[in-house]
Amino acid sequence: MALGPPEDRGPKSVTILDVRNLNKRFGGLQAVGDVSFSVQQGSIKALIGPNGAGKTTLFNLLSGVLPPDSGTINFNSTEVQGMEPYQVAAKGMSRTFQHIRLFTHMTALENIMIGRHMHSRAGFFAGMLSLPWTRKEERSVRERALDIMSFLGIADFADTEATSLAYGQQRALELGRALACEPKLLLLDEPAAGLNMRETAEMAKMISRIRDTGITVLLVEHDMSLVMNISDEIVVLSYGQKIADDKPLAIQKNPEVIKVYLGEEHA
Amino acid sequence: MNIELLSQYLVAGITYGTIYAIVAIGFNIIYNATGIINFAQGEFVMLGGMIAVSLHSFMPLPAAILAAVLVAMIIGALIEIIFIRWLVSPSVLRMIIITIGISIFIREAALHVWGEAVRALPYFTGTEVTVISVGDVHISPQVLWVTGISALMVIILTFFFNYTLLGRQMRACSANRDAARLCGISAKNMVTLSFVLSAGIGALAGCVVSPITYVQYDSGTGLAIKGFTVAILGGLGNSTAAIAAGLILGILESFSVWVMPAAFKDVVSISILLLILFVRPSGIFGSVEASRLKEF
Amino acid sequence: MRSRYAPILFFSAVVIAVQLLTFTTDRQQYLTQLTMTGYYSLVIVGLCMLMGYAGQISLGHAGFFAIGGYVSAFLTTYDLMQHKANPLIGLFSRAGLIVTVQDLYGGDALVFHPWAACIAAILVTVLISYVIGGPVLKLKGHYLAMATLGFGTIVYKIVIGTSFFGAADGLSDIPGFKLLPGLEVSGKTPVRIQNYYISWGMVALAMLLLTNLIHSRAGKALRAIHSAEDAANAMGVNTGRYKLNIFVLSAVFAAVGGVFLTHYNGGIGPSEASIMKSVRYVAIVAIGGMANLWGALSMGIILNFFSLRGYFGSYDDAVFGVILILIMLFAPEGLLRREVFQGAKKWLSGRRKTEGQKA
Repeated sequence: MALGPPEDRGPKSVTILDVRNLNKRFGGLQAVGDVSFSVQQGSIKALIGPNGAGKTTLFNLLSGVLPPDSGTINFNSTEVQGMEPYQVAAKGMSRTFQHIRLFTHMTALENIMIGRHMHSRAGFFAGMLSLPWTRKEERSVRERALDIMSFLGIADFADTEATSLAYGQQRALELGRALACEPKLLLLDEPAAGLNMRETAEMAKMISRIRDTGITVLLVEHDMSLVMNISDEIVVLSYGQKIADDKPLAIQKNPEVIKVYLGEEHA
Repeated sequence: MNIELLSQYLVAGITYGTIYAIVAIGFNIIYNATGIINFAQGEFVMLGGMIAVSLHSFMPLPAAILAAVLVAMIIGALIEIIFIRWLVSPSVLRMIIITIGISIFIREAALHVWGEAVRALPYFTGTEVTVISVGDVHISPQVLWVTGISALMVIILTFFFNYTLLGRQMRACSANRDAARLCGISAKNMVTLSFVLSAGIGALAGCVVSPITYVQYDSGTGLAIKGFTVAILGGLGNSTAAIAAGLILGILESFSVWVMPAAFKDVVSISILLLILFVRPSGIFGSVEASRLKEF
Repeated sequence: MRSRYAPILFFSAVVIAVQLLTFTTDRQQYLTQLTMTGYYSLVIVGLCMLMGYAGQISLGHAGFFAIGGYVSAFLTTYDLMQHKANPLIGLFSRAGLIVTVQDLYGGDALVFHPWAACIAAILVTVLISYVIGGPVLKLKGHYLAMATLGFGTIVYKIVIGTSFFGAADGLSDIPGFKLLPGLEVSGKTPVRIQNYYISWGMVALAMLLLTNLIHSRAGKALRAIHSAEDAANAMGVNTGRYKLNIFVLSAVFAAVGGVFLTHYNGGIGPSEASIMKSVRYVAIVAIGGMANLWGALSMGIILNFFSLRGYFGSYDDAVFGVILILIMLFAPEGLLRREVFQGAKKWLSGRRKTEGQKA
């Protein structure tokens, strides 16, 4: 089902995420104000804006952590606003977190295996009785998780405790965990935060490779080199409002955007 | 139900409710200063009564009460210094279990010092049969002592927190600990002070109510649960609301005897606690958003 | 044999060895406290799953133990003779759920068969824990602790205040529980050894089931919830349902312990529902190392056995209170930390590990 704005969207482009008039207020603060945008399937869209612009709140609204005050979130032809995070995840949206939220006291491999939770079935009783089919399932989950770790280049750390990995590896691990969910849309919350230049470039390459496998990516990021480099489109937020939604080159020249980032004189 | 019976239930409800409110205020003072729920709060009340009774055997009553309150305050300070002070950002679970452990420790110590016997101070004025009568309503003067002294405590506390430097410093500390420390307020001492205050008011409440309710080594636990219920009912941290909430709980509990056996009186108050926790943990008077922001 | 089951085999060997030891050293009277300790251990390992793996505290678990014990005690002793005419009674009777026994005066009494009572006790526990668990587990921190404390207190107040449950005296003269022909749970001396093995057999079974659970998909989900609940949720784990399920499971473990101990002791009293008992269970799980099944089990065995033998004297409750304080102050992850055991396990299994085979 093809929706979305006209022009050079391409003949077969499908809108996988359609956000309409999303609002979220915290007491006196309008964190997200009447925000609308859409994301095309198979593209990489970036969400940028100064600190406090509402980017993480928007992510939390999309992934179900917070319910919006009003507005709709149409994901893959289903309205998901107000759903619990695990329900949104089941619909095909997974995410990473701004401040790494790996599972402590578990190995790197086990962290990724949790990502396979939705694609396995063994419940409490089957688990307690350790029925043969559950062991088979466990083995295939483990293999799939190892594959993902290889894809991300961290397979060597499978049995290391997740929190003892280097920071860059932890970021990759969290990415792997989200990938294990087999998402159609991947939300990345500041994937390059805390990474040096080389690691950031690698992360950019990694995100492109993920997109090439058919997964749509929506990312929040402050690192402009990464954003400009790999994004197909960029949405700019300021004080909860959307002030621009365009291709990277156009965004760079957009006076509103420049004003917001650099101040009046530079516009 | 005639006026006499009605008034008896009401008076009982107000008496107990006042004590619950005082325990709740003790919870709130410590919670506001530290974010901790002190499960041992009820033990302060018990200690006040028990210590006063022991001291009374060789001291006049007012001196015994004063001494008991001071001893309880010292114990409160010691608890804070020994168990709480040196912990570095403990988790909530850890703090809960530590204060439960402290509560058990105090209770068992009380058991070994005073045994299982039930004790009470003598009535402050008159005896257990003295009554003041207003028409069909008969009140023991001790009830007036309970409500009077509790009201006095509340007034003094209000004055303390609003008009004295030390009280304002404590409030600053609860509102924003780091900012307060930047202003030169010793957060550590404020925490100790909060324990001292809570212990003191609890102990005094224990003394003044003991003639009516008697105290026993294990009186503390039940009071803690009810005090907590009242604190939650009024909104955790809100001591003004705690007074109203205390009276409400006391009266509800008292009148529940009308419809069910007295043995289930506690079941009523705990059910109210569970109901509030499930439906509106911010309490009747608390704000929902503010309570969500509080860290647990 | 997978190395994860090695501790269970070792444990079984120890159980057998201890029994033989009591036989040869003529200390058979210890079997009684040992058997009781076994049933208390069921509560503890269930609670360990809840607290250590799912990260939810429960200060009212003795309440579930009591529910199990009291329901089965009540159903197996309450004489239904007066309701004989009721068609429901007739139906149950024909189904074998209700049996005729001798009452104290030599007459006939109609009571539920222990098996029926046991199943009923478990069903009641499941029902109550589902109903309570839903709202309670949405609470956090202090509120959760207080809610579970409140629940435990309600159970205590109800059993101590209701004459049907024997009030302060509790229920006694509970008949034995014939599990199978020739296998009866009761305190009678001739079947002492048998009962020892029934008790510890159940513990071994519990450890087997829980060990499997920990290593399963559900076990990983629980650990994820404990560690980062929001992230687990984002990965598609229905955290609310998992927490509820483990709560119910731990309640059932406690209730089963209660049922069996009641039949073994021939009675149950309100003290089994007391806060002090709940606190005791929490203390043991805490000292054993919150997420350490074997640690909790070992500590539970030692402490409960000492307590039952009276080694703590009148300081019984105080001991557990002090333990709680000390552990929480100085070793909040527990004494027998998971890391220590995992390290040992890794070393043991590393020598046999091949590609693709895992503990």
